[in-house]
Amino acid sequence: MARDAKKLKPVKEFKPLITKSDELPLDPERLRFMHETMVKARCLEERLIAMYKSGHGYFWIGGPGEEAFNVPLGMLIKKGQGPAFDFCHFHYRQSATLLAMGEHPLGAIRQMKNTATDPYSGGRNFAGHFSKREWNIAPVSSPIEVQYAMVCGTALAQKRLGGDSISIVTGGDAGTAEGDFATSLVWSSRPGEELPVLILVTNNKWGISTPYGQVQGVERISDRGAAFGMRAKTIDGNDPISAYLELKEAFEYVRTERKPYLVEARVSRLYGHSSASGANFVTAEADCLALFEERLDQHGVRSKDEAKRLRQKYTEEFAELARQAKEEPFPDGGTIWNHVYAGEPGKDPLAD
Amino acid sequence: MAQAIRMALHYAEEHLGVTDIFGEDVGPPLGGVFTCTQGLETTWNSPLDERGIIGTAMGLAMAGARPVAEIQFCDYIYNTIDLLKLAGNTLWSSNGQWNLPMVVMTPVGSGIRGSIYHSHSFDATMSHIPGWKTVMPSTPLDAYGLMLSACREQNPVMFLIPKALMRVKGDEPIPGEPADEKQLSKMIDAPLGDRSKWKAQWPELSDAAIPLGKAKLVRQGSQLTVVSYGRTMPLVKKAAETLAAEGLDAEVLDLRTLWPYDWDAIVESVKKTGRVLFVNEDTEVTNFGEHLARRVTEKLFYHLLAPPKVLAGKFVPGIGLADTLEAASVPQQGDVDAAMRALATMQP
Ligand SMILES: Cc1ncc(C[n+]2csc(CCOP(=O)(O)OP(=O)(O)O)c2C)c(N)n1
Ligand SMILES: [Mg+2]
Repeated sequence: MARDAKKLKPVKEFKPLITKSDELPLDPERLRFMHETMVKARCLEERLIAMYKSGHGYFWIGGPGEEAFNVPLGMLIKKGQGPAFDFCHFHYRQSATLLAMGEHPLGAIRQMKNTATDPYSGGRNFAGHFSKREWNIAPVSSPIEVQYAMVCGTALAQKRLGGDSISIVTGGDAGTAEGDFATSLVWSSRPGEELPVLILVTNNKWGISTPYGQVQGVERISDRGAAFGMRAKTIDGNDPISAYLELKEAFEYVRTERKPYLVEARVSRLYGHSSASGANFVTAEADCLALFEERLDQHGVRSKDEAKRLRQKYTEEFAELARQAKEEPFPDGGTIWNHVYAGEPGKDPLAD
Repeated sequence: MAQAIRMALHYAEEHLGVTDIFGEDVGPPLGGVFTCTQGLETTWNSPLDERGIIGTAMGLAMAGARPVAEIQFCDYIYNTIDLLKLAGNTLWSSNGQWNLPMVVMTPVGSGIRGSIYHSHSFDATMSHIPGWKTVMPSTPLDAYGLMLSACREQNPVMFLIPKALMRVKGDEPIPGEPADEKQLSKMIDAPLGDRSKWKAQWPELSDAAIPLGKAKLVRQGSQLTVVSYGRTMPLVKKAAETLAAEGLDAEVLDLRTLWPYDWDAIVESVKKTGRVLFVNEDTEVTNFGEHLARRVTEKLFYHLLAPPKVLAGKFVPGIGLADTLEAASVPQQGDVDAAMRALATMQP
């Protein structure tokens, strides 16, 4: 017999952090870059959703609603290949971070369409599953939280190397229930062997359909850092300015102290979990882009009209890129044997 | 064999760029519960967290280091299976961008009266995880040579160590190892008691790498082919001698590498003998030997004089502690003798 829903524990009230500050303590140029990248990211995700809805992709998952956190994150990353640069162990909501790092949006569109030209997986993996070795972006994979088990490995190599590069890991709130989250806390804080890891959690208070407060009792996920003697904080991920400043402080600490920092960012989820839940815009959650545009307009940094024009421009641009991707071929079935083993030609091992 | 692995790892630290040898109790003072990592330079003790061990090895490999990670017993590797899958698919899912040069070693199998959680095998499960190479030596020299190749690989390698053979001494010496067993022990085994000042005296070792994917012809024969690896290998060898006295002439192959395996060697032998038995001790349902038997059946059917056979562990949830239970669960000498005799003499 199904359990009476009423007997379930009530969902704990979740208090979003909105730190209303009217100051804009960043230079206008940076603010405009931030805003434009947020617009780009939103338009890209909306294009991917449109592609899904019109049959040009099998599944959509991405990060609309998290731009105010993900763009500043990308701006602070020291990109490059190898342990002298930052390593990125991301999950599937990081498109805005990649755009802020300078990535071209066509790749995401090609991955959505699973074309052979998809630069991240050659048509093998879902949308938002980036991988870019030139920039130390480890392949995004679907199993929740595994990236938290890997992040200490790259950080260990970086610590040994000296220098200021760090390893960054992102994931959601629900995933922190997995043991791999604890792995990142334990392994990054071994006494005397602390590692330069920036442990990030974007708390949108949902794991698909399950409210955070129903299944976890820790009010602030960042509190879990305290037991490990780790610096930690919960920040407003809906405000790009405070997110930038808070992240900057955390980045600087990890870069110079070579020790871990845990940051929980409260964010919105504006198109639901994924295409499996419809991918429709939700109005009940704060829209970081709209809020930011309001402030930029008030402070004369960028008018609403200008913001609108940017949105239009990118909407059209990405529609054009999608048309381009639609003409590109899918990978050939015979390529399934490629890249099973490095340095070896791909072939069916049982064919003779 | 533990000493052979230790010497190989020393060689790999010195010459092959191995940067980290780590796992639970792998560093000083213990140097591994089976002493495989005593006296080495790059060992360290990890938290008791198998997923952390595999994940950290993957991260190290991504960042250009060359890790050898140990899972203390393969019985405890099971909670890392999705990470093993991930390590095996990282190159593939990134369409060729990220290869992971990493070695995971873990003791496997029965033979030490290890009861339910120190007797598991892992070869069948591992054979379901593409993207890895998997090896399982049965002699110290092979362990040495295969470890050198594993540490040179660009791809993840699973190094399965048959626990029952951990203490066997090989017939063939490792190049550079002193002939006197006691002398070697004095040089590289950590002393009892305080070890804080102890340093290993390594013999002058040389590169005796054994390529992955090459089986070893252990015994030539004409009437029956037996393919095995790991703990059951010495049993097969001994059985072949017993049978020889009865006038039955068995050919014996030590597979050594389970993936990619030496299909050519199997084909050549089975074409000659027309009879083949696959022996290992993992549970027999969806066992790796079953795959080999299927392939032989499909590809060599018209060369066969009898059905291909698999002798493996019983499909039970665990291996019980009592001697009688262990003996009833995984192939013993008598079982191997009987299976070989039956197949060699089977008539339609
Ligand atoms: C190990 C694992 N279990 C279950 C799933 C299915 N799944 C995909 S996303 C998800 C919810 C994740 O929630 P959260 O960690 O909060 O991240 P969010 O999607 O909210 O950003 C689940 C259960 C999975 N991908 N991996
Ligand atoms: Mg969530």
